[in-house]
Amino acid sequence: MTTNTKTETLKPSIVEKIVAWVRANVLLCIVLVVLLGVMIAMLRQAFSSGSEMQKFIRLTYAGLTDGSLLALIALGLVLVYKSTDVINFAHGEFMVIGGFVGYQLLVWLSPNMNAPLAVILAVVGMVIAAVLFGILLERFVLRPMIGEPVISVIMVTIGLSNVIAAIVGLVWGNNAQRLPIEALPNNLFNESGRFEIPFEGARRPLFLGHENLMLIAVVMLVTIALLIFFQRSKHGIAMRATADDQQAAMSMGISIRVVFAFAWSLAAITAALAGLMIGETSIGVSAQDIPVVGLRAFPVIILGGLDSITGAIVGGLIIGLVETYTGGYIDPSLKEIAPYILLLIVLMIRPYGLFGQEIIERV
Amino acid sequence: MPSQSGIYHEDYASDMQLRPTTMQRIRQIAIVAAVLLMPFILGSNELRIVNQVLIAAVGAVGLNILTGYTGQISLGQGAFLAIGAYGCGLMMAFFNVPWPIALLLGASITAIIGGFFGLPSLRLKGLYLAVATLSAQVIVEWVIKRWDPIDGELDGRTTDALNIPSNLLVNWQWVDANRWLATVGIVILIGAVLWVTWRLQSNFQRDRFMAYRYLLYVVVGLIVVFLSGLIVILQTPMLSLQDVFTEDWRLNGNEYAFYCFAMPVTILVIMAATNLFRTHIGRAFIAIRDQDIAAEVMGVNIFRYKVLSFMVSSFIVGLAGGMLALHSTAISFERFTIEVSIEYLAMIIIGGLGSVSGSVYGAAFIVILPELLRTLGRTIAGTDPASLSQFNRILPFAQQGVFGAAILITLIVESGGIRKIWQNTKDYFRLWPFEY
Repeated sequence: MTTNTKTETLKPSIVEKIVAWVRANVLLCIVLVVLLGVMIAMLRQAFSSGSEMQKFIRLTYAGLTDGSLLALIALGLVLVYKSTDVINFAHGEFMVIGGFVGYQLLVWLSPNMNAPLAVILAVVGMVIAAVLFGILLERFVLRPMIGEPVISVIMVTIGLSNVIAAIVGLVWGNNAQRLPIEALPNNLFNESGRFEIPFEGARRPLFLGHENLMLIAVVMLVTIALLIFFQRSKHGIAMRATADDQQAAMSMGISIRVVFAFAWSLAAITAALAGLMIGETSIGVSAQDIPVVGLRAFPVIILGGLDSITGAIVGGLIIGLVETYTGGYIDPSLKEIAPYILLLIVLMIRPYGLFGQEIIERV
Repeated sequence: MPSQSGIYHEDYASDMQLRPTTMQRIRQIAIVAAVLLMPFILGSNELRIVNQVLIAAVGAVGLNILTGYTGQISLGQGAFLAIGAYGCGLMMAFFNVPWPIALLLGASITAIIGGFFGLPSLRLKGLYLAVATLSAQVIVEWVIKRWDPIDGELDGRTTDALNIPSNLLVNWQWVDANRWLATVGIVILIGAVLWVTWRLQSNFQRDRFMAYRYLLYVVVGLIVVFLSGLIVILQTPMLSLQDVFTEDWRLNGNEYAFYCFAMPVTILVIMAATNLFRTHIGRAFIAIRDQDIAAEVMGVNIFRYKVLSFMVSSFIVGLAGGMLALHSTAISFERFTIEVSIEYLAMIIIGGLGSVSGSVYGAAFIVILPELLRTLGRTIAGTDPASLSQFNRILPFAQQGVFGAAILITLIVESGGIRKIWQNTKDYFRLWPFEY
């Protein structure tokens, strides 16, 4: 009883917790504060000036949605890297196959029931398929790779991506597919599915697409869920322990195999979600174009740091904004390489990315 | 042959040999025979595939120096190939540089740019460096796509492709007009080649390049025979060189001429790469791969040797790019995408990381595999139009799937690649009936 009260008194108050968190994440806090400041300044400007400001807001909005998508993709990559030390070059193909499984389920389900139920069932089906996929992958492909050099593991994922692409191509063909129903509810907004912001100095109001807002919402939900999972749940803590030190985790009774299968399943789930979100946009569910989007997530994880969830989110948003700003203000064609130039500069200053853990090597 | 439990050297000469055993020398002679006979046995189409293998082999050897021997993962292979190809092609198209010089200049430019993209290796390692080289790939691809001066023309419209001018080395008309002068020039050339060869093999420690001396003799012999043939033609009034040599390499399926150029280049590159790892530079590369901190403690200047490795590798890859340009009538960015980088990585993984011969096996495997599948599919599909269209639909996916499966199986079953499998097979027969 006495020990109990003691722990009660030792428990830090909420203020202390916040202070400790701010101390631990100084860089993130600075970035957040700057972003917040920019947002406030933008909003103040937005209602006082004309179309130049509207352009800025439109670009920012596009950049944030694009960045959210990249962040969601990067999350899957970081999840795998954090617990298994593998960088997954097949993530683009994970998204393709996840997107196509979702598409197929929607095709089967949507004639028989109303839209929200079909979408929920499709997502549940996708999650189950992703978990199975992750377990099979861990058992047959990645377990033989334990202890091999980095290049071998990279090549295994590349080989895997080719096999998956071939399977998807044989089953669903090369053409982009439209989702049979809107996967996301759009009756929140006006009849054309857009969110209107009237502007004083501009000719037209600013339209925000509902799918973009939904994308941001989904990414936020997934991130929060993952953060809670890693902080609170038994499996999440086991995964963090494994990431920290595999041998120590094993001696504490954690099953590394289960953790690995778990990590790959989680990555497959986020990839499938990302694939479905891309299917909702103008790209469609396409075996050709989704991997291209996946490739764009590599600068994000390197910029944010390979093993940091925060880094994936912040990096995704930064890359999304940088891309749309260069596209909008400098030259549309520069959009493709702007993230890579930024990446080279950042890597020269911080070799482990913005939030990555510095590895201290010993012989 | 006595059964042996190892190779024992009794003098320096045998210790320095590249091919110390009798079986290896027999294999060497078989390879030389195959190299000499190939153009006469194979048809033009097969010879085209052989030429593609040669180009890929040079590129794979280059990549293996960087990734297999120095341990720096590069996803920018396609970019370096592109720089070599465009360097060579632009020089020929705009400055009328003869192709041998253009080839070497292109490769040198690639080496410099490769060294520049190797600079991040000062601070980056492993996956971070891999993505940094990926940025080289993206940036170079972007420049090729967007930079207008290097666009070519097709039927009056500009295209992204760069036209490679005809690669005739010499103005044959002039040669035909000045036969005696040309003959004297060729005799001097033969003398120079023989003198250089003699210097080369006597300047090195006498037995150091024992096995490769034969190859050197073969290459020199080929050159001398070719040049002597030129003299015969020149001194025969009925024949004109113009008639014999107006054939452009790239047209009319004249793969033979390209083979005569590409084979010596490939052999030279293989020789150079093999011998590189017998010098202090190559040993430093391997030390960095195995444990970079330990290498630094041993006195290897890590940064210098990493950048050097990037430069050496890029030079050879640029050479492969130049060969690619010389082999085609036009080049465009589509031949240097990230998929190409991945294909080359697959070559060295399947062939064997950290092995020159493995790079060649891997290059042959990856180039021949899709062609083999195509031929196989054609045979199965027959001539029925319905099954033929089905075949055309499935073929690209089948090629991609088999490519991926080959990588997966290699890595899961025998991560040492084809070279290791070959080694194991040899060991099995050498040691039979014992296990080890």
